[in-house]
Amino acid sequence: MQRRNALNALAGLTALSLTTTTRLLAAPALKSRLLIVFLRGGYDACSLLVPVSSSFYYAMRPDISIARPSSDLASALPLSADWGLHPALRDSLYPYFKNGELAFVPFAGTHDLSRSHFETQDSIEMGQALEGHKTYASGFMNRLTTVLTGSTPMAFTVQLPLVFQGNAKVPNSALRSLAKPSVDARQSSIIASMYQGTAMGAQVSEGFSVRDEVMREMATEMDAASRKASSAKGFELEARRIAKLMKDSYSLGFVDVGGWDTHVNQGAASGYLANRLDELGVGLAAFAQEMGAAWRDTTVVVMSEFGRTFRQNGNRGTDHGHGSVFWVMGGSVQGNQIAGDQVRVEQATLFQNRDFPVLNEYRAVLGGLFQRQYALSSSQIDTVFPGAKPRDLGLL
Amino acid sequence: MSHSAIQATPVLRLASLLLVGALAGCAAPMDAGVSASAHASTEAYTQANRITWGATPATVERLQAAGLRAYVAAQLHPGDAAGLPAEVQAQIDAMTIVQRPLVDLVQDMEQRRKEAEANIDDEAKKTAKQAYQAEMNRLAREAAARHLLRALYSPHQVQEEMTWFWLNHFSVHQAKNNLRAMVGDYEETAIRAHALGKFRDLLGAVVQHPAMLRYLDNEQNAVGRINENFARELMELHTLGVDAGYTQHDVQELARVLTGVGVRLGSNNPGLRKELQAFHVRRGLFEFNPARHDFAAKELLGRPIRSRGLAELDEALDRLARSPATARFICRKLLSYWLTDEPPQPLLQAMVQTFERSDGDIAKTLEVLFTSPEFSRTEQQKFKDPIRFVVSAVRLAYDEKPVLNVGPMLNWINRMGEPLYGRATPDGYSLQSAAWASPGQLSTRFEVAKAIGSGSAGLFRTEGAQAQERAAFPQLANALYYQSIVKTLGPATLNALRQSASPQEWNTFLLSSPEMMRR
Repeated sequence: MQRRNALNALAGLTALSLTTTTRLLAAPALKSRLLIVFLRGGYDACSLLVPVSSSFYYAMRPDISIARPSSDLASALPLSADWGLHPALRDSLYPYFKNGELAFVPFAGTHDLSRSHFETQDSIEMGQALEGHKTYASGFMNRLTTVLTGSTPMAFTVQLPLVFQGNAKVPNSALRSLAKPSVDARQSSIIASMYQGTAMGAQVSEGFSVRDEVMREMATEMDAASRKASSAKGFELEARRIAKLMKDSYSLGFVDVGGWDTHVNQGAASGYLANRLDELGVGLAAFAQEMGAAWRDTTVVVMSEFGRTFRQNGNRGTDHGHGSVFWVMGGSVQGNQIAGDQVRVEQATLFQNRDFPVLNEYRAVLGGLFQRQYALSSSQIDTVFPGAKPRDLGLL
Repeated sequence: MSHSAIQATPVLRLASLLLVGALAGCAAPMDAGVSASAHASTEAYTQANRITWGATPATVERLQAAGLRAYVAAQLHPGDAAGLPAEVQAQIDAMTIVQRPLVDLVQDMEQRRKEAEANIDDEAKKTAKQAYQAEMNRLAREAAARHLLRALYSPHQVQEEMTWFWLNHFSVHQAKNNLRAMVGDYEETAIRAHALGKFRDLLGAVVQHPAMLRYLDNEQNAVGRINENFARELMELHTLGVDAGYTQHDVQELARVLTGVGVRLGSNNPGLRKELQAFHVRRGLFEFNPARHDFAAKELLGRPIRSRGLAELDEALDRLARSPATARFICRKLLSYWLTDEPPQPLLQAMVQTFERSDGDIAKTLEVLFTSPEFSRTEQQKFKDPIRFVVSAVRLAYDEKPVLNVGPMLNWINRMGEPLYGRATPDGYSLQSAAWASPGQLSTRFEVAKAIGSGSAGLFRTEGAQAQERAAFPQLANALYYQSIVKTLGPATLNALRQSASPQEWNTFLLSSPEMMRR
């Protein structure tokens, strides 16, 4: 990457001029930014986007439903006649919905029916048709990178996820915990020289440049932390760090958040799942705020491999289901809407008398969204989601 | 800034090589001429790297003295003696998880938890809860420390590697419930005891261990309140593999077989109707509670289940363990752990055949692999995952001089995303090279290489109030290096080593080299 080589050269200059110069150079060639947040474990979408007009919902979830909107703080927040929002998001994301920067797509997901976390995650991350030939180790975000000239991808994860694997070289850097590197510039270049011309050469030098870039971006935060001025933790801290990097340097991002596989005692308005949603909501709001002016060119999509059983199980939890709810958030998003095809929530409309159906197939939904965001041609969309028919849900 | 440093190296280089030689106490091999056994030694080094957690001077010597076949035979039938150095055995013997049986330990911790909750005073409650959490963390850390000590120093290396392998195959996550008090026993009694035995015995032990039953929610699974989590993973991850043709119906039926299979902490037994009493089974924390079991007829993989009660589970496990899909799934995974991402089909076939003919004998299946021509090929194939990278580097750096504190190793492994008992999802860590070779992974790995290469990195400093520290410099430029390792290094690596400005840097570069990333 030319840009980073230039940055490396600059790193050798005095620290004095570095900050401003770096910022200028590092401004992404592509203004538009996209962050995918993947909730691993299959989050319980019915607890996030509550079907408040469905008495069937309340009958099937005697212990874990969220009450219809009322003055009670533990009740759902009103979104539309049919839907309410989990009250854990009252202060964080509800304002974004009302301000028109957050929308939800219910009955979203994949037609893959294995109900296996791992197989379904892999299948979604690959983003390829379920039938026919598959190219393994090729994810849809990687293919999106290849069709977007000037895009700068980054996985904010410990390992490179399948969604970003493929022909384009994509770096990764986990931001959950950061440590100051001890391998110095000279040592780095000698180590890199051992890998030059090998299959791993690009990963090694990319690893060093990303490390340097992250450290430059995080310098202020780390100073603040050493003065104990920073209080953010958990996903909020991670989200703020992601925003710092995406604002200045990376236009395509991916991060995953675990802990959604709530088979037992998931709670309702409060409890385990409510805490997870709260942490996620606070983090996403922090991300939006940290993006500053760049927020208006930014889209965040929150998704998960599948939804959970519509009925609560024997342990006040839910098991692996089918249809999920995607979140779409951003400065230019047509928010304040529940988008896509919908059906009344009752026993007759359940898939296999068990789960939310999938009416908004994820490749069509994301394809349509990307097409709007990046003005992609149909052949470009076909590269990202081969064989899919993109649907514009009016989200952008 | 780097320019002047490079200029300075030639002067420093000589000094550093002398220093390295002196520190390693092995200046002689450099110019003593290539000994007659040098070729064999390089081969033994390659084999040792592949069979053990990482070659050391001592293991290469042993392997060479015994010959590959005899060495493999001994590794596959390790016997009962631990064979650890006394100093290491003493560290393990001092652990709570070793001194206290699981039932006592878990009941004790449960008592502490209840007492903490019962505090009326908020401050006292908070303090008691924190102490409880700290003790739970300490117990899990003991188990992880024991795992690393054995990986480093056990003479039964294959048994220890297979312990990691099966622990990963039957992965549990310590963060759930009170699993931190259980993972040590799970590893010791369910996994390690059967790591080289029959797959069916291993499976049976895992399925009845409270750690697994709790982790995959089966203790919640009861007639009329079905929880299918364990049933699904048992087929998908533990036996048949995901594309083996079982259906959602099979998942539901197996979940019904598993109803009533759970955990009981207290010493009391449930009150049962007379006709159910004979079905009740209690072994330590394990319980089969017939009152929670679905006794109605069941069918699994197209055939009826004929037994009743807990025997249904044995019948189901027999069927799963002996399915051809399981043989294939397990052998493919073994190959991918030990040798290469892309298993050669003929070797896979041979292993599957042995697995099936020997009724899932793990040692016999591995013998096919270890004595295959593919296994002794010199070109490196398998990329080391983080735990192997760390263990092999420490083994090579300190050979048989036991570390006093594996804490730094645990931290490195955590930082690289592969903590023991720390995989959040039940699928275990990836065995594929690509999972661990991303840019971020590699730059962290070099940080670890530098930490190990630069000095003792805290490995020789005990923890606690009266911390003791022993001087220990990594001995990487040792006889093994000059006899064998150097011959496996490419020109780029040798060139990098020549640029080192100190023994610490020399170590760092060696441990960071592409040749040290694979085995």
